[in-house]
Amino acid sequence: MSNEKNYKLIQGNEACVEGALAAGMKFFAGYPITPSTEVAEISAQKLPQVGGKFIQMEDEIASMAAIIGGSLAGLKSMTATSGPGFSLMQENLGYASIAEIPCVIVNVQRGGPSTGLPTSPAQGEVMQAKWGTHGDHPIIALTPNSVQETYEYTIKAFNLAEKYRTPVIMLMDETVGHMREKLTYKDPSEIEIIDRKKPTCKPDEYLAYKADEDMIPPMASFGEGYRYHVTGLTHDETGFPTNNNKISGELITRLVNKVEKNVDDMAYFEEYEMEDAEVVIIAFGGVSRSAKTAIDELRKSGKKVGLFRPITIWPMLEKQIDKVAEQAKEIYVAEMNLGQYFYEVDRIAGKKCPVKKINKVTGELITPNEIIEAVNGGK
Amino acid sequence: MNFSEMTEKYYRTDKLPHIWCPGCGHGTLLNTVVRAIDKLGLNKDEVCIVSGIGCSSRAPGYLDFNTLHTTHGRALAFATGIKHANPNLHVIVITGDGDASAIGGNHLIHAARRNIDITTICFNNNIYGMTGGQYSPTTPTGDFGTTAPYGNTDSTFDLCNLVQGAGATYVARGTAYHAQAMEKLVVNAISNKGFSFVEGLSLCPTYYGRKNKKGDAVKMHEFLKDNCIDKKVVDKKPEMGENKIIIGEMYNNPKPEYTENYKVVIDKFQK
Amino acid sequence: MAKNKKSLVLNVESCKGCNICIAFCPKKVLELKNDKCVIARPDDCINCGMCELRCPDNAIYLVGGNKDE
Repeated sequence: MSNEKNYKLIQGNEACVEGALAAGMKFFAGYPITPSTEVAEISAQKLPQVGGKFIQMEDEIASMAAIIGGSLAGLKSMTATSGPGFSLMQENLGYASIAEIPCVIVNVQRGGPSTGLPTSPAQGEVMQAKWGTHGDHPIIALTPNSVQETYEYTIKAFNLAEKYRTPVIMLMDETVGHMREKLTYKDPSEIEIIDRKKPTCKPDEYLAYKADEDMIPPMASFGEGYRYHVTGLTHDETGFPTNNNKISGELITRLVNKVEKNVDDMAYFEEYEMEDAEVVIIAFGGVSRSAKTAIDELRKSGKKVGLFRPITIWPMLEKQIDKVAEQAKEIYVAEMNLGQYFYEVDRIAGKKCPVKKINKVTGELITPNEIIEAVNGGK
Repeated sequence: MNFSEMTEKYYRTDKLPHIWCPGCGHGTLLNTVVRAIDKLGLNKDEVCIVSGIGCSSRAPGYLDFNTLHTTHGRALAFATGIKHANPNLHVIVITGDGDASAIGGNHLIHAARRNIDITTICFNNNIYGMTGGQYSPTTPTGDFGTTAPYGNTDSTFDLCNLVQGAGATYVARGTAYHAQAMEKLVVNAISNKGFSFVEGLSLCPTYYGRKNKKGDAVKMHEFLKDNCIDKKVVDKKPEMGENKIIIGEMYNNPKPEYTENYKVVIDKFQK
Repeated sequence: MAKNKKSLVLNVESCKGCNICIAFCPKKVLELKNDKCVIARPDDCINCGMCELRCPDNAIYLVGGNKDE
C-alpha cells in the first residue's frame, strides 16, 4: 500500500473483515442480523475484489454449513452473526468440531435471550460459546476490546483455526463491533499467516483422521485427489463411522486435548496496573475499557487496583487466573450478563481469595462509576 | 467378496455389504447414480457426494469419491459451500424424503432458487426408516407410520412440483423399478448446468411396506411397475395419467447458473 | 452355450435374499435357497442383466462376453 495511508477510522465490524482478508479469508457465508450485519456487507463488497466468494444463505444453520463446505473445498472461511443466529449455528459448529474443519465464527453479542435487545451490547454468550453445541468438544474463543484488536485477533483466529483444525469464535460485543477507532493496517510482511497442514503421503495411503504427534491430522481439500470421507458420526482414523467404544473415547479426548493441552500457544491476555494490585478486576471486551478508566480513578484515591483481561476466553486461562488469585486480596469479575465467566474464575480462584460479581443486563455497557462503586464497597 | 467391474471401480468395497435392509430400493437407486457417473466419464477426484442424515444419507460412505456425510437436512447447504468455493467439482447430493423436504425443506427451495449447479437425488421411500417408520412429508394421507397409528392426517408434498416451483432448471422422477430410465434421468440431471433434482421412488419393505400391508420388496416393485406412467404419454393422452404416478422428465429449462453469475462479478470487480 | 456369452456371477456374502432378482428374471434362472439367491439354471440365462440392474446389494452380475453384445 505504497500510495495509501496505512490507517483508517473504522468500525469494529469492518476491522474484523479487514483482519479476515489479511489472514487469507476467501469465503464468507452469512445471514443478516444486527449488530453483526456489517461484517457480511463488507465481506460481500470486498471478497470479489480479491477473487473470493461471498454468499448470503437462507439462514444461519445454512451459513455455518456453507462455510464448512467452503473450508473443505480449500478456502479459508468465515461467518458472522449475533445471539439468535449463534443459537442456530450451534448444530453445525459441533459438526466443524468433530469433523475438524477450520473456520471462524464471529458473534457480535447483543442482549438475549431470544430476540432480546437487538441493538444493545451484552456478553451473554460466554458459556454458549463453550457449551452451546451438544457433546464434549474443543472451542477457542477470542474477545477483542478495540478496533485494532479486532483486526489483529481475527487474523489470529484464522491462524488458530487452521493450525488446530477447529472452529474459532470471535466473541465480540456490540460495543466493540460498532465503535469507531483508528485502525493501523499491518504490512503483509509483518503478518504471520498459518495454513492448514496438508498430507504429504500418496492418496491411497491417506488416513484422513490419523493425527500426527501434535494431535492434528493433515487435511486435504476436496478435489485434490485424496478421496476421503467426512462424517459427523464418531469415526476412526480412516474417517469412517465406528461404534467402537475405545476409539470413540479416544477421538473425543484427542479433539478436546488438541486445544486444552495447547492453551499456552493461544493464551492471549492483557495485564494493566497489575504489578502491585491488591484488588483485581477481571473484564473483557467492551467492559474492560470501563474497567481501565475505573482503575485509573481508583488509583488516584490510593487503591491498588489492576486489571486482568483475558483475550482468549476459551480455553480457560487457568494458569493465569490462578496467578492472579495468588496475588489478589479480592477479585471482581465485571461482565454484561448475570455471571458467566465469574463462575469459571471462582472455580479457579475462589479458594484463594474472594471473587465477586459486577453485572449488568440492561443493554448498556457497565460504566467506570459502577465498577468504582462496587470496588469501594457498594452503594 | 467378489464384485463387478463397475462396483470395484466406484464403490469402497471394503464397506460392503451396506446397511440397508433386504429389498430396500436405495441400493438399486444408488447403482443408477454410479452408472450415470460412469456413463458421463467423470473424474472420480472431481466428484463430491454430499448427504444429510437418514437411510439414504448413508450412501456416500460406500462410494469412492470425495464424500461428506453431514447433519440432518443440511446437505444442500454444505454442498452449496463446496460448489461455490470450487465450481470445478461435480457436486451430487443424495438425500431422502424427510431429510430433503422436512428438516431440509428450506435449504432445498433456496438451492433450487439460486440454480446452483448441484444435482440432488432424493431417494423417496415415504417414511423415516432410520428411526423406525415415522410418517414423512411424502407419506400418503391416510397411510400408517409409528407416529401415525390412526392414519396420517397430513397432506403430502409433490417434491418435483415443489422444486420446480422454487426455480430448479431440471426436474425428473424415476423409480427403483425403472432403473434404466432412472439412470438416464440422472445422466441428464448431472449434465444440466444448474440445479437439478431427480426424485427416485424407492421402497421400504421393512417399515412403510409392513405398516401399510404393501407386501414384500417384490410386491412393492410390482406396484411401481403397474402404477407409473411416463410424462410423455400423459402429455399426449392426459386421461392415461389418472390415478397414476407420473415419471420421467418433468421440467428441463436451463437458465444462468449461480457460480457462473458470481464469476462474472469477480471478473468485473477483482483488483 | 453361445460364443461370447457372458456368465452370471453371484456374491453370496452380499446377497440379502430379497428375492427381487429371482422375481424379475424373465427366464427363471434364479432360485431362493436358505434365504440366499442361487443360480439354479445358468444355461437358461439370456444375459439380459435385469438381475444386476435391480439387485440392491451388488450381489449378482454378468462378466465377460463381447462388449458389443
